[in-house]
Amino acid sequence: MPDTVTRLDPPASRLHDDTAAAPALLSAENLKKHFPIHGGMLNRRVAEVKAVDGVSFAVRKGETLGVVGESGCGKSTLARLLIGLVRQDDGRILFDGHAVGSPQGLTLRDLRRNVQIVFQDSDSSLNPRLPVGESIAYGPQVHGMKRRAARALAHDLLRRVGLEPELFAHRYPHELSGGQKQRINIARALALEPRLVILDEAVSALDKSIEAQVLNLLRKLKETLSLTYIFISHDLNVVRYVSDRILVMYLGEIVETGPTDAVYRAPKHPYTKALLDSRLAVDPRGRIETAPLSGDPPNPINPPSGCRFRTRCPYAEEVCALQRPSLGGWQDHAAHLAACHMSDPESGHSSARQTSLPWQ
Amino acid sequence: MTAPCSSATTPLVAVDDLHVKFVDRDETVRAVNGVTFRLMPGEVLCIIGESGSGKSVTMRALMRLLPKKRSVIDGKIRIGDQDILALDERQLASLRGSTVSMVFQEPMTALDPVYTIGRQIVETVLRHAPCSRKSARERALEILDLVKVPAPERRFDSYPHELSGGLRQRALIAMALACRPRLLLADEPTTALDASVQIQVLLLLRRLQRELGMGLIFVTHDIAVAAQIADKIAVMYAGRIVELADARDLLLRPRHPYTMGLLASTVLDRPRGHDIEAIGGSPPDLRHLPPGCGFAARCGFAHPNCAATVPEPHALAPGHMACCHRLDNLPTSGTSTTQEVQNGSQVQDSGRAFFRAERHDPEHAAARDLEQGAAAP
Repeated sequence: MPDTVTRLDPPASRLHDDTAAAPALLSAENLKKHFPIHGGMLNRRVAEVKAVDGVSFAVRKGETLGVVGESGCGKSTLARLLIGLVRQDDGRILFDGHAVGSPQGLTLRDLRRNVQIVFQDSDSSLNPRLPVGESIAYGPQVHGMKRRAARALAHDLLRRVGLEPELFAHRYPHELSGGQKQRINIARALALEPRLVILDEAVSALDKSIEAQVLNLLRKLKETLSLTYIFISHDLNVVRYVSDRILVMYLGEIVETGPTDAVYRAPKHPYTKALLDSRLAVDPRGRIETAPLSGDPPNPINPPSGCRFRTRCPYAEEVCALQRPSLGGWQDHAAHLAACHMSDPESGHSSARQTSLPWQ
Repeated sequence: MTAPCSSATTPLVAVDDLHVKFVDRDETVRAVNGVTFRLMPGEVLCIIGESGSGKSVTMRALMRLLPKKRSVIDGKIRIGDQDILALDERQLASLRGSTVSMVFQEPMTALDPVYTIGRQIVETVLRHAPCSRKSARERALEILDLVKVPAPERRFDSYPHELSGGLRQRALIAMALACRPRLLLADEPTTALDASVQIQVLLLLRRLQRELGMGLIFVTHDIAVAAQIADKIAVMYAGRIVELADARDLLLRPRHPYTMGLLASTVLDRPRGHDIEAIGGSPPDLRHLPPGCGFAARCGFAHPNCAATVPEPHALAPGHMACCHRLDNLPTSGTSTTQEVQNGSQVQDSGRAFFRAERHDPEHAAARDLEQGAAAP
């Protein structure tokens, strides 16, 4: 079936695609987004929400990068920055080695051919007045595909996501269940043949049995279409299941990154440790008796000085309030890093010189 | 129906053959179709199920919070010695918040945004207990302290929007507990919270329930949350309780195919690169319920009889009930032996064995989706 379907011309950047030499498909360098808060008599800028505050990472071709964190940690803002829905205040995004938005680099239009996103709310992200088949065909038409060809493509995609086109293409979103709508969103994201798909809490709103179906679908699509995923979620179990590498975010910063198994087996940051300990077991014999963390994440408008986690960290010392720990060496893909003074022998934290972390 | 609990004390809640229909001009939605259970004083019952399984509607029926003109409630509901379905509006108003109270999922919409949380708690206290404003305030502060709100004096004068999600949920719990209810209903109270806050609220609810000796009915879609808090678990599907047992029994030795499916489709510690054994298809349309077992269309063990008649509850062990025609033909889970399953494939964990759906044949799930889809108008 795919052979008979007309495809869009390959985007410019795909012409010099060199998998071996350029391992990073997308990289972000020192990305910042501060949302201003206006107030007072003259409606001046009185404060800002530091939603994403100096984030650097890279996604390799073909891998799934998981992004975890609690609400307000900036993971969704990060997703919106990466596809250009909001402009960064500072830092740059490179797609396949080309800077996004710079005069010599990739235009936003080119970027969106290559990077697509699936949102959490499967309902509000579809146009309620458009049959879902048309929703899927819309993107390719905008990018110059003929109507008839775009429809054929939409039918092909519907089949790929497990929905029979004859039955589903003409339906409106309100006629579909949540899982079916999310399948449509996935099909729509794939319509432009992106190489990177950002899944922003794409399965979080689904029931468990449907979530499992969609996760299986995503895995199958990734294999057949050789996609790269950025998988954003607050559910640590799901992230572990899908991701090759993960980023852990806290209040707009990356606090830990590394290969998934390494991070889950031996977390280096106390926040990651606490998050992992907060996971609930399905076994009633394994009930948690004391909460690993107390309180809620602080307000990102006025984050704590130094290390942002120090106010909830059981191991915080004086140095944590004074200095902001850094995450060095993120360019190394295999590295397991934590932005924590305990992981830096030079920091002066009393646990820093010990061979193992306090919880190990 | 087997009495889930046959001890000598009288149950705090007794629900018998509860039916709830939503009726409007064009169609009838059968949300709850014959729910029966008992809750002892001081016991925690978790109702788990997917969206549309009728769990929240059951809960709201207990407090008669359903729209009066559009809903039809049949059956029997007793809380303490009161027949809930026979009460008039005035009696209901004094019941709600005193004998029975409820914690909702979304504290931001459950709390009134224009009043401070202190004032909202005081209002509840004054409504149900005749006392002075001053002693009501003291009581409110005491309760805020009880639910571990830091600096209660200061939070007392906070508006809901000034609090974080976790604190808001605590304030809502404080309000629910203000009059020392004998029964607390909690409708997904931790679903909107972050993982690190969720466990705090769960531990709090568990502690309060024990300290105050309340009965607690806790509705959730997350089986792991139920495992943390429940004494007993009821699994609902398409408006019926399909399995009801002690938490430990149900989670370690599930007997209903749907319960097994739920447990197998959790992604907890699954190896990457392998499919999760998902249940194919989606729940039935409550406007056009199938005549037989609601799960038959998605069940790997269904046989023709399943689609024809609704399975009666079977007592499997004291306090363990399941509604399934095929109980004798299912692989018993909880054993670790490798078993030959009906469709011939060998599966390691027999508890997950019944998923034939997506495991071998990815198109299968799609085909089932279609069946479901085609059934809908």
